[in-house]
Amino acid sequence: MNSVRAFAIATLIISLGACAKPRERAELVFLNGAEPETLDPALITGQPEGRIANALFEGLTAFNAKAQAVPGVAERWDVSADKRIYTFHLRNNARWSNGDTVTANDFVKSWQRTLAPETASEYAYQLYYIKNGKAFNEGKLRDFSHVGVRVLDALTLEVTLENPTPFFLDLCAFTTFLPAHIDTVHRFGDDWIKPGKMVSNGAYQLADWRINDRVRLAKNPHYWNAAHVAMRTIDVLPSARANTAFNYYATGLADLMMDKGLAPTPLMDELKKRADFHSAPFLGTYFIRFNASRPPFNDVRVRKAFSLVIEKNLLVEKITKAGEVVAQSLVPPGCAGYQPPPSELARDPQQARRLLAEAGYLDGKNFPLVSYLYKGDSDVDRDLAVELQGMFARELGVNIQLQGQEWKVYLRSMSSLDYDLCRSSWVGDYNDPNTFLDMFVTNGGNNRTGWSDPKYDDLIALAARETDLRFRFETFKKAEHMLISEAAPICPLYFYVGIQFYDATRLGGIEANLLDEHPLREMFWKNR
Amino acid sequence: MVAFVFRRFLSLIFVLFCVVSLTFFLIRLAPGGPFDRERKIPPQIEKQLLAKYKLDGPLHQQYLDYLGDLLHGDLRLSTKYRNRSVNELLAQSLPVSATLGFAAFCIATTGGIWLGSLAAVRRNTPIDTGAMLAALFAISIPTFVIGPLLILIFALKLQWLPVGGWGSWPALVLPALTLAGPYVAYIARLMRTSMLEVLGHDFIRTARAKGLRRTRVIYKHALKVAILPVVSFLGPLAANLLTGSIVVETIFNIPGAGGFFVNSIQNRDGFLLGGVVIVYCALLVLLNLFVDISYTLLDRRIKIT
Repeated sequence: MNSVRAFAIATLIISLGACAKPRERAELVFLNGAEPETLDPALITGQPEGRIANALFEGLTAFNAKAQAVPGVAERWDVSADKRIYTFHLRNNARWSNGDTVTANDFVKSWQRTLAPETASEYAYQLYYIKNGKAFNEGKLRDFSHVGVRVLDALTLEVTLENPTPFFLDLCAFTTFLPAHIDTVHRFGDDWIKPGKMVSNGAYQLADWRINDRVRLAKNPHYWNAAHVAMRTIDVLPSARANTAFNYYATGLADLMMDKGLAPTPLMDELKKRADFHSAPFLGTYFIRFNASRPPFNDVRVRKAFSLVIEKNLLVEKITKAGEVVAQSLVPPGCAGYQPPPSELARDPQQARRLLAEAGYLDGKNFPLVSYLYKGDSDVDRDLAVELQGMFARELGVNIQLQGQEWKVYLRSMSSLDYDLCRSSWVGDYNDPNTFLDMFVTNGGNNRTGWSDPKYDDLIALAARETDLRFRFETFKKAEHMLISEAAPICPLYFYVGIQFYDATRLGGIEANLLDEHPLREMFWKNR
Repeated sequence: MVAFVFRRFLSLIFVLFCVVSLTFFLIRLAPGGPFDRERKIPPQIEKQLLAKYKLDGPLHQQYLDYLGDLLHGDLRLSTKYRNRSVNELLAQSLPVSATLGFAAFCIATTGGIWLGSLAAVRRNTPIDTGAMLAALFAISIPTFVIGPLLILIFALKLQWLPVGGWGSWPALVLPALTLAGPYVAYIARLMRTSMLEVLGHDFIRTARAKGLRRTRVIYKHALKVAILPVVSFLGPLAANLLTGSIVVETIFNIPGAGGFFVNSIQNRDGFLLGGVVIVYCALLVLLNLFVDISYTLLDRRIKIT
């Protein structure tokens, strides 16, 4: 059976391959990083997929070039006094690419689908902010009418939240909240995301998608704001390898390169000087986790000693080199206007040695053999590990072992607390300190340090309930001070930058922003 | 002959069964699972995912279900490229790998045979030395050096050909050359040795004594015999070109199936890996079968029983 199939494939192969035709170049060609895993908004988890999905679909709100949430399908909204009920008024000219009107019911049905356990959406927890969203997703509640979304009329949608959530309008623009055309989903099942089948409501529709080759987007004539969409066609090229991607860009096969992973790090010193190199702070932090569940890092003095000797500026100047900013906090400064508290663990080798001696390791003597876990397939990670190893040896007299592991093995080791020190990173889901700080609550799935403190949990819970923005940020500051300066289960190293390559004299509509969000519908050629 | 082919088909089924079973269990032995992410998924959602991809339940049951699906030609859904079946992924990418492999195959065989024969006929001349030296270089330098070097010269400096991609004939040239390079050299060396041996045989002298022209003797008489070692290499060659395109596909950004081989393991995408392994394994066995059959056609002394 299989051999027959294999034989059939083998013969097909030659005949199919022979009909490769040269293709017409799209108006804008952009390099997007990895091949999209899916284009189904309910299932998307990554940034490369998100960039395409935000061109294909439009939520109640949508990000503009500055990554502010502006009216999308909803033209306006009212918020209740307790900040828990949002009433969205949908515009009457929002259309799907097949001409259907986008209604409040589309959003209810889409979110119901995302939350339904059988959809198995990895990001369904983004909808847990909605009242009873979690219970429905976990199967504890069967009746969706108890979930906090209600159709008031065809164009009015009422959303009730669990807590006042100041970033909810940002969330509405986020991939998981984008609507799907439910009739199409029912009609085609898993296949609905394919060209010729997908119905979308954003600025673009899906014209073609060949795995590892390209995604072709064509302007959606039914889009309510189509008059202000400049690019008629866009090719999105996947490329996993930085050098290949850069060759594409350098020879003009692509106009725009938009992923921090695509800039070849060894060439960074040269690339940085170019006029078409653009980098800006980004909502992501690179940090070290200490395993606080076992010796020696269950001793806060040891954790602090290690944090105190790292020369963070050397790491960004010598290794990452793309203009990354040294981090003294977990939350990047300026995140939704929040300013993190100053760290008490700025570099101080003397104090570090004192703390280590107090912990019983004078000059690093008798310090047990510990290892630093990193991603073995990443050059930057390896170089950082070597540099850190040197710093610990020089300042503390401690020799650490380096342990590079394959990505999935590394994730397992980290989750099961099978490490001493490990490299870590976090990219915020939305523009709010909460996306960073709620990671370290007791039993949080992403905590992965073995450290927890009920006082910290209380602060995070208090901030979630708080409607006064100023007081909310003060609460976050207390929590972050506890995390970074007092307990120190993590040590932030630097903040990521978002990197784009494009000729700014020709291509417009791209602006630096903290979310590294650059909507394709805003882009235009300046001289055409 | 029929019995021989039938037996080989039976053994193919056995081989596939073993390979599928090994792959199935090995990928599960590796630490880390398909849904391990930087953002840890809530346990409830992970359970839903495992159910959706039929990765829950006792292992032996999963295994039997999987074998059952395979018998129906269903290679299952990829856990990485969500909502896409492995059948579909392979149907899109195999033709690309095969086209690239086929182009490289043509270059390797024609180039190698021609170069090897030339070197043998012009034995101990500068042509011979030059050809064999070039072959030595081509074998020694790995593809991940040749590929970027060719890109540097022909795409970036001379700008004759694109740096990568798929969908046009010019885009095929550099990857096919890169992929074929070492095999041209290998075949040339094989061909030279074999041709030298054949040229010393009596029947060649007889043919020359009959008054046949030198070129005619070489093409009509010597080549047919001298090519046998090359033919026996064609099976492994075709398999190598198909499976060995991983590096070349990465360098030139080609949407082939080679990348799935490595990536599916890194992503713990067991079903995609299973699909790739099945197809490549079947190809390997079938290609070797073709070689055995072609042997009997080329050399009447060899009989298959």
